[in-house]
Formats: sequence, structure tokens, C-alpha cells
Amino acid sequence: MADGPVRGLPIALDGVGVQRGGAQLLRGIDLVITPRERTIVLGANGAGKSTLLRIMHGLIAPTQGRITWGGLSARPRGQAMVFQRTMLLRRSALANVEYALKLANVPRLDRASRAAVALTATGLLGQARQPARTLSGGEQQRVALARAWALAPEVLFLDEPTASLDPTATRAIESLVHDIHAQGTTIVMSTHNLAQARRLAERVVFLSGGCVTETSDAREFFDHPRSAEAVAFLEGER
Amino acid sequence: MSTVHESFVLALGLMTHLDAHLVGIVALSLRVSLTATLIAACIGLPLGAAVAVERFPGRAAVIATLNALMGLPPVVVGLLVYLLLSRAGPLGAWGLLFTPTAMVIAQAVLITPIIAALTRQIIEDAWSEYRDQLTSLRATTLDSVLTLLWDTRYALATVLLAGFGRAVAEVGAVIIVGGNIDGVTRVMTTAIALETSKGDLPLALALGLVLITLVLLLNFGAYATREWARARFG
Repeated sequence: MADGPVRGLPIALDGVGVQRGGAQLLRGIDLVITPRERTIVLGANGAGKSTLLRIMHGLIAPTQGRITWGGLSARPRGQAMVFQRTMLLRRSALANVEYALKLANVPRLDRASRAAVALTATGLLGQARQPARTLSGGEQQRVALARAWALAPEVLFLDEPTASLDPTATRAIESLVHDIHAQGTTIVMSTHNLAQARRLAERVVFLSGGCVTETSDAREFFDHPRSAEAVAFLEGER
Repeated sequence: MSTVHESFVLALGLMTHLDAHLVGIVALSLRVSLTATLIAACIGLPLGAAVAVERFPGRAAVIATLNALMGLPPVVVGLLVYLLLSRAGPLGAWGLLFTPTAMVIAQAVLITPIIAALTRQIIEDAWSEYRDQLTSLRATTLDSVLTLLWDTRYALATVLLAGFGRAVAEVGAVIIVGGNIDGVTRVMTTAIALETSKGDLPLALALGLVLITLVLLLNFGAYATREWARARFG
């Protein structure tokens, strides 16, 4: 569904650090996100995963280093993000998706059909008219995914989208992430869940204490982690 | 005790017989205070929302001032509006003193800070929840303000009600700028004040009961609407 020419990729972070209230949340991050990748940002709670995703999505600016999108320093269009805490507006599921399309300057006549397509893809067409906030947690997160998907983003960020969901809802989200990726969208998703990382990752960026200690191909990462922090993290799951 | 009893009977009589004089007073009260609330809402809602969402120098001072102005004494507001509208005042040429319009202006001045300050609080709480998502969707400040106002509409209805309640119940401002002229600028509160000073306590209390009943009914209605909305929209 990712249409149009690639403009906001690659995302390049060069020595990026974030300092807030005296705490160094991220330091010395060098990272490149290239088109069509499915990257998992893995790390323990408090490692800086959310902050890193927010930087890459342009929600916050780095206090050190610089970030560019497709070589430019302006936050590009064509990105969407799904947050850990779903924020849906007090209106129907359909209206929530249409709202995002309106802000993306999609013509009024196209909004309803595009929103319906996205809700169908996430299996929520039956609940389209229901007030979004009365849906279950898993359904709400799927509305959030539909809202992001409808925008046909070049890059989709997902910040621990399944952290508060049950296994069934989690698998539903994961399968949708696969679908969205299959349609050409670059995926950057954070998780602290190793099993989920194994299911979804093509590439792993491992964060520990605000630093990227390792960036590798998924299989290589799980079989032969190079950094001591990653080894310890993988050990902890056994 | 007999005064209270007598007043209840009188109040019931006044309400059931729809005494034309009383109806006129109640209607003027509602007209003045609802108009004032409407004007205050048009200023206070966007002002409060803008202060909640925007970051600008002196913001803390603006918030503190708005909060402080919530406690404006009606008599002082009445006096200031009186000075503005009196013949020698800057707006004296408009000839508005001792008209319902003057009362609307005074009440609007009185409750605009209340509406703005409470709106600021509600919108700021919502904004901390919505900010990341709205920024992610590239909403402009104006988009965000409008979305937040709409999404918190039921909480804001309570704010408007608080403003209306304050307006319809105050006496100090309207008695100064309106003059409590029978049939022209006499509203419920000024009538109560007058009847009390004349010693007609039963009539004063009866008018008070009508006023309280009105305010209660309005609040029950608003509460029911809000509960319905909460169940409906989450």
C-alpha cells in the first residue's frame, strides 16, 4: 500500500543522544533504517526504545548528534506510528481512521472508502460504527493499526503495540504487521518480548542503557549475539 | 418556621400559576445569563484551549491570572462596567447603562475567566494524552485545539454550566449596571435582594426557591447528558 516515491528513507542517525532533566536517555546512536526492512528494536524496560522511536518519527529532537530522513533534516510525510497506549478519539472507529486521512489531506470523497479498506484489513469492519473507546483493548489497538495503515505510510513505527494485550490479540497484531510489511512498508517496532522479536525480526537493534550495543541480522543475533548485554538479555529468557 | 412554610406555599403558587410578573423576571434572568454564558464561551473556550496547547513566554503568569480572576468579586466587575458605560465613561455614548445589555456585559466579564481557566485545565489534561498521537498525525495547533474541544465536549458542558450558574446567581454586578428597574432590568437575584430589604421575606424566599429549582433542573440535565455520553462514547 506504500505508494509514491521513497522520500523519507533512509533514516540516518549520526551520534544521536537525548538528555532530559539531567538523565541521558540515549547516547551515541549511529543507525540507518533502509527501505523495506523489518527492524525490531529490542531491549529491557527503560533501555530507551520509546525515545529512539520517537526520535526517528520526529516527535522529539535529539539533544546531541543529528538525524536525517532521505538526506533531509525536516520530518517527512509518509510516516505513521502506533503507540503503546492507544489514543483513540471519542468517535466511531471509522471516524478515527477518517480523521487521520483528513489531516493527511486526503480528499473527503476518498476518506470513507480508504478507511473502510483499512478496517476490513484489520478485521474490524463490523465494528466500524461503534464508538472507538468502547472497543476491547485488542480491538482498539487494531483500530490504531488501521488508522496508521490507511495512511499508506512509507515507514510504520510501532512502540510495544502488544505490551498490554493477551496472546490472541498479540498474534492478531503481529500478523497484521506482517501484512503491512508485505505491502512494502518499512517496519520499525520495539519490544522487550524475545519470542515476539524472534517471530517478527529481520534485523535486530539491541538497546541497553540508552546505547545500541548491537545491530545485526535477526538469525545472527539470536544464534551468536556479540555484545555482553545481548548475551545476558538472551540468557535471562532461558 | 412559619416564614419558610409560607414561602414554600407561595413559591408553589407562583410556579403553578405562572404569574406573569414572575415569568417576566425569570425570563429576563435566563435571557441575560444565557447570553452572557454564550459570549463568555465564545471567548473562554478557545482562549483556555489555546493556553493549554501553546507554549509561549509568560504562560505561567497567564494561567495564574486566569485562575485568580475566577474569584472576581461581582460588585467590582459591576463597578468597572458601570464606569465604562456611564455617561462620562469611555463607552458612555452607547447609552447602555441600566439596560439588559449592560447586565450581559457585566456577567460575561465575570464568567469568561471561569470558563477559560476550567477549559484550560480540562484541555491540558486531554492534551497530555493526545499530544503524541496528534503530533504523529501532523495536526497543526488549530487542528489540535478544535479536536480537543470536540473530544472533551461533555466535560466542557459542565464548565459552561458552572459559568451559567455563577452568572444567574450573582447579584452584585447586575444590580449596579442594571439598576433593578421593574420590568426592564429586574432579574431574580435583584428581586430577591429588593424584597428582602422591603421585608417581604416570603416572596423573597419564594423567588429564591424558583431560582434554585431552575439551577437544579439544569444541572440534573447536564449530569444525565454527561453520564449518557460516557456510557456511549467511553
